[in-house]
Amino acid sequence: MKFYVPPQIPRLALAFGLFITLFLVLRHFLVPDTFGKYGHYRAASLIDNTLPEIHYAGQQACFVCHQDIEDKKAQDVHSDIHCETCHGPGEKHVVNSKVEKILKPTGREFCGSCHALNAAKLKSAIFQIDLYKHNIGKNCIECHNPHQPWEMKK
Amino acid sequence: MEPHYQHLYDILAHSQGYIFPNEIDLQWGILIVVYPFITGLVAGAFILASLERVFKVKILKPTYQIALLTALSFLLVATMPLISHLSQPQRAYEIMITPHSSSAMAIFGFVYLWYLMVVLLLEIWFDYRHSMVVWANEKSGIMRWVYKILTLGVNDISPRTVKWDRKLGYIITVVGIPSAFILHGYVGFIFGSIKANPWWSTPLMPIIFLFSAMVSGISLVLLVYMIISYFRKQIIDLNVLDSIGKYLFFVLILDFTLEGLDQIQRIYEAGESFEILKLLVSSKLYLTLFVSQGLIGTIIPLVTLAFLQFYKHQIKVRKTMYFIIGILVLIGVYSMRWNVVIGGQLFSKSFAGFTSFKVGLIGLDGTLMAIFWLILPIGILAFLLWLLPPWKMVKEED
Ligand code: HEC
Ligand code: HEC
Ligand code: HEC
Ligand code: HEC
Repeated sequence: MKFYVPPQIPRLALAFGLFITLFLVLRHFLVPDTFGKYGHYRAASLIDNTLPEIHYAGQQACFVCHQDIEDKKAQDVHSDIHCETCHGPGEKHVVNSKVEKILKPTGREFCGSCHALNAAKLKSAIFQIDLYKHNIGKNCIECHNPHQPWEMKK
Repeated sequence: MEPHYQHLYDILAHSQGYIFPNEIDLQWGILIVVYPFITGLVAGAFILASLERVFKVKILKPTYQIALLTALSFLLVATMPLISHLSQPQRAYEIMITPHSSSAMAIFGFVYLWYLMVVLLLEIWFDYRHSMVVWANEKSGIMRWVYKILTLGVNDISPRTVKWDRKLGYIITVVGIPSAFILHGYVGFIFGSIKANPWWSTPLMPIIFLFSAMVSGISLVLLVYMIISYFRKQIIDLNVLDSIGKYLFFVLILDFTLEGLDQIQRIYEAGESFEILKLLVSSKLYLTLFVSQGLIGTIIPLVTLAFLQFYKHQIKVRKTMYFIIGILVLIGVYSMRWNVVIGGQLFSKSFAGFTSFKVGLIGLDGTLMAIFWLILPIGILAFLLWLLPPWKMVKEED
């Protein structure tokens, strides 16, 4: 007795074979060249990641020109807060300080973004004041020096 | 105020209590709700078809091809919500060409491919091959060639070869059942394995997803069957509805029990996340969980189905009831997906606050896009029914 192979089987095997070959061929061309050089990723992505524009300079960069402010800040409660937390991204200003202005926040809400009364924040973690009670009508920086909060201006 | 702080103040106004900065915006929106809904329909419809075939449920015969074609049309669209949700959709294929074994999503790409190519397409092919050969000979012009290509050139319709169609198709069905379980179990797995999220992280998740998938798939086939009969001006066979209804009833009970167990376990365990979850279900998820998923999608259909097991009069009333149940169950399962996907992102990992979710209308991950992905499969199904009409198939004796 001859072994019977239904005609569907070889045809389907052919179809699947073609599909898998196509997949492998496509894969060969689609996998990026540097893939797997260091690990399971495209090595060239490391270079890509250095390309985006840098926005933050880090506060060490500020000290070069504003050491006076750092000296004040270091003495008081805001010592742990980096310059750019309040002044925003400063890379452009660092590179070209004459032309590029940096943010200089002033409003009460600005200080409030950290200090406003918030039931969900622990009192011990951050000092809080009621924005609608604490010396209303005046700006915080009219009394507190932002870099040295306890050095009151008046 | 500076624009930066203005933005922060605006979004913070929509949150309550203490939340971490990266929790303000939801990462997974409405498209990720639609995605498990669609895969669920696929798995459910397929499992119903397989039941008919493996357990030889004669009554369900008229729904067999309908269920398979429904599964195929939804499966073809299943990954689209995911892809349109990506911000770089053109890179979606990369997950397939450089998969990592530790990436559940990458492995899923292959589960999906296996299910599409090896299970669904093959099963449909074996089922239709005989008819397609006959159609190719009947038709002329371009359709003749379309059918010829679809048969892959296997034109042999001797009884012996046709018998092999059925044998091989049967094997595929048997392989297909665990495949369908894995396909949808996986979707639950993705959520269930997210350790940090107490609303998701439970080993029951894959099973719950699977059963709700079956519930939704069975309802969909019920609806599609009724609608097709309506358009073809055919009388809807009540026996078919009754037996689909019976399956739906039992699977719905199982699904309800499993989800209930999951919640009871959570309530009794009353872990550290319990307070926030209690708040979550009693406020933000109240409507979608208790009303939409629980009452509309589960309790009402269950009671009605139980009633229909006894009530055997008024054919018209019963048909209408089945139709309404089908729709209600689909609404319920959609809400379940919503409660899982959106609900799990509404509370903070600090367990001390909530953010809120506003669905956008336009854009690649907006509501209109979601509606589009839900309607497209229906269009594909209409096309498939025209191309491969089950009612024109060559009859075969058993
Ligand atoms: C190369 C030296 C240099 C560096 C580095 C530098 N600055 Fe300046 N900065 C200046 C000079 C000069 C001015 C005064 C410009 C003026 O008055 O127009 C100034 C002004 C300022 C002002 C006041 C702007 C105003 O509108 O009054 C702020 C705030 C400031 N710098 C913050 C920073 C911060 C934060 C950094 C670190 C990211 C930094 N600077 C780094 C040189 C520098
Ligand atoms: C807590 C927030 C905060 C931090 C941190 C901070 N600043 Fe300021 N800074 C301010 C505010 C607010 C003003 C505006 C003060 C005013 O207009 O009177 C200001 C003003 C300035 C000025 C303008 C000149 C002046 O003295 O008014 C300079 C220069 C400056 N900051 C540099 C720095 C540098 C450099 C650092 C980091 C060492 C720093 N700041 C850290 C809030 C901050
Ligand atoms: C980025 C968040 C942040 C911003 C913005 C900020 N602060 Fe502070 N501030 C702190 C933190 C943190 C402390 C406490 C430091 C500690 O606990 O060591 C503090 C401490 C203080 C204190 C001391 C409180 C006490 O009881 O000792 C004062 C006063 C103060 N800030 C005033 C201000 C004013 C005025 C502004 C606006 C110019 C401001 N802060 C903006 C974070 C901020
Ligand atoms: C009229 C001057 C004045 C103004 C304006 C002012 N403060 Fe004060 N602030 C004080 C004085 C004085 C104290 C110390 C006595 C006290 O607790 O009231 C103080 C205390 C604080 C404390 C410490 C509270 C504590 O419980 O230890 C914080 C934080 C603070 N201020 C933040 C702010 C902020 C933020 C603003 C702007 C919204 C602001 N202040 C505006 C004068 C002022």
